[in-house]
Amino acid sequence: MKILVCISRTPDTTAKIAFTDNNTKFATEGVQWIINPYDEWYALVRAIELKEKDASIGIHLVTIGGAETEPIIRKALALGGDEAIRVNSIEEDPYFIASQIAFVAKEGSYDLILTGKETIDHNGSSIGAMVSELLDMPFISLATKLNIEPTQAIVTREIEGGEEEAEISFPLVISCQKGMAEARIPNMRGIMAARTKPLAVKEPQSAEKLTTTKAFVLPPAKSGVKLIPAETPELLVQLLREEAKVI
Amino acid sequence: MPVIIFTEHSEDKIKKSSLEAVSYGVALAGKLNTEAIALVVGPTAAPLSQLGEYGIKKVVHANDTAIIASDTKSMAAIISQAVDAHQADVIIFSNTLTAKGVAPRLSVRMKAGLVTGAVALPDLTNEFTVRKTVFSGKAFADVTILSPKKIISLNQNAFEIIKSTGAAEVIPFTTATIPSSIKIKKVNRMAGEISLAEADKVISAGRGLKGPENWGMVEELAKLLGAATACSRPVADSNWRPHHEHVGQTGLAIAPDLYIAIGISGAIQHLAGVNRSKTIVVINKDPEAPFFKAADYGIIGDAFEVVPKMIEAIKQLKK
Repeated sequence: MKILVCISRTPDTTAKIAFTDNNTKFATEGVQWIINPYDEWYALVRAIELKEKDASIGIHLVTIGGAETEPIIRKALALGGDEAIRVNSIEEDPYFIASQIAFVAKEGSYDLILTGKETIDHNGSSIGAMVSELLDMPFISLATKLNIEPTQAIVTREIEGGEEEAEISFPLVISCQKGMAEARIPNMRGIMAARTKPLAVKEPQSAEKLTTTKAFVLPPAKSGVKLIPAETPELLVQLLREEAKVI
Repeated sequence: MPVIIFTEHSEDKIKKSSLEAVSYGVALAGKLNTEAIALVVGPTAAPLSQLGEYGIKKVVHANDTAIIASDTKSMAAIISQAVDAHQADVIIFSNTLTAKGVAPRLSVRMKAGLVTGAVALPDLTNEFTVRKTVFSGKAFADVTILSPKKIISLNQNAFEIIKSTGAAEVIPFTTATIPSSIKIKKVNRMAGEISLAEADKVISAGRGLKGPENWGMVEELAKLLGAATACSRPVADSNWRPHHEHVGQTGLAIAPDLYIAIGISGAIQHLAGVNRSKTIVVINKDPEAPFFKAADYGIIGDAFEVVPKMIEAIKQLKK
């Protein structure tokens, strides 16, 4: 059993969001970078939990990014990935990225490909499904539980107003979210081991770009809060009805 | 040429989020001087001709009983058949859980650039550029779709439903059967709850409520206002409330007309998931709570005193 976990580098969840170069680039100064939380907490850690039950499982990681992504790849290796592949490209179009992951996946013939449900910067929520279509595999989005049997996966996913449990034969692609696994931090042994784990760098293969980001915009600031005395919540109710017209 | 809108239904009704997508698609078709077609997949008793009341003249109904919503591959194949049959160039989704699985597959299948989380109609004077949320709602990006075919997945509660008059013609659409590779074992649905993603009012509470036993007043307030209930991350992590109620950066991002936050301090990660709400009300006893900076209305006070009084005031209003 071989699992490929797709890892993305994102700004820390508390990073200040600002833009430079005439609002065309994210301002990276002073920003802490992390593994995209969905990729780490749910996709990667669930793969590691599965490997702890069955040591024959191999966990490979793939990242599309420049050399600056290597610290987060090493962290993912420290958590428990076996080896990693970095595709050396800073492109951001989802179709291009999915194409690169699909090339890597084809070479490695994986049984299971895991992604986070979305990245916290692009919020595209599209890479996993794109990869599945490129590889002609089934795709399960927004999974909250994953167990594996010799030939198939048992997956619980979120549906509107509830959840659904399904059985799907390998190979397949799953996007992971809360519920999949318990967050953990790398231990010293993992950090030491990660230093010597293989991290291969590949040049991207040619693929089309279907979109490009022109500019960023910050939302307008709120005009300020209107405070209502705690003794008169009925005044709030009145304002919500007559001024905001929302109730 | 036409714009096709993937129109979802549930319990024999067209979903509200899909009516938003329909209104968006009709408005876009108007800008492009073309026709808007609603595509409905799967059997439903929903009165599809009534989509005419939202400006649709033609409904294509792929009435195939074998299709399951979770089977993203079959769903994308069916949509692409309908897109080909009508030579559509733009496909609109509402950014629902179903769309998140299907739209990217369709994007690959049709080599159509995809923008998910759109919040406005495309700017056609600047190629074909669509504004979408990024950084979990903390900013927007203007993304240009470069390919001839285009897919837009519209955020929920981001576009007003526009009413019109008329009836739509419903045309059955037969698709080639696609064997499914997914076997559904069981489905659990919480009946009667208002879907959080679709809700236009949301009452949310946090650690300030001290324990799950104190949610009665939150639920009562929500029921009175026809609102959905939500919670902050620590509350979901402590299992006081179910995980699907968690709103924020790592939970669900929502944009209701009214968001009332009770006993939530408003950490940046929480704000990211709710700051697109049109009116934000914060009730917190800590005057330093960062949430007040993002709020439209605020009460500095004890939720256990304020909320019951609010409930009384709303009851009075309803009399």
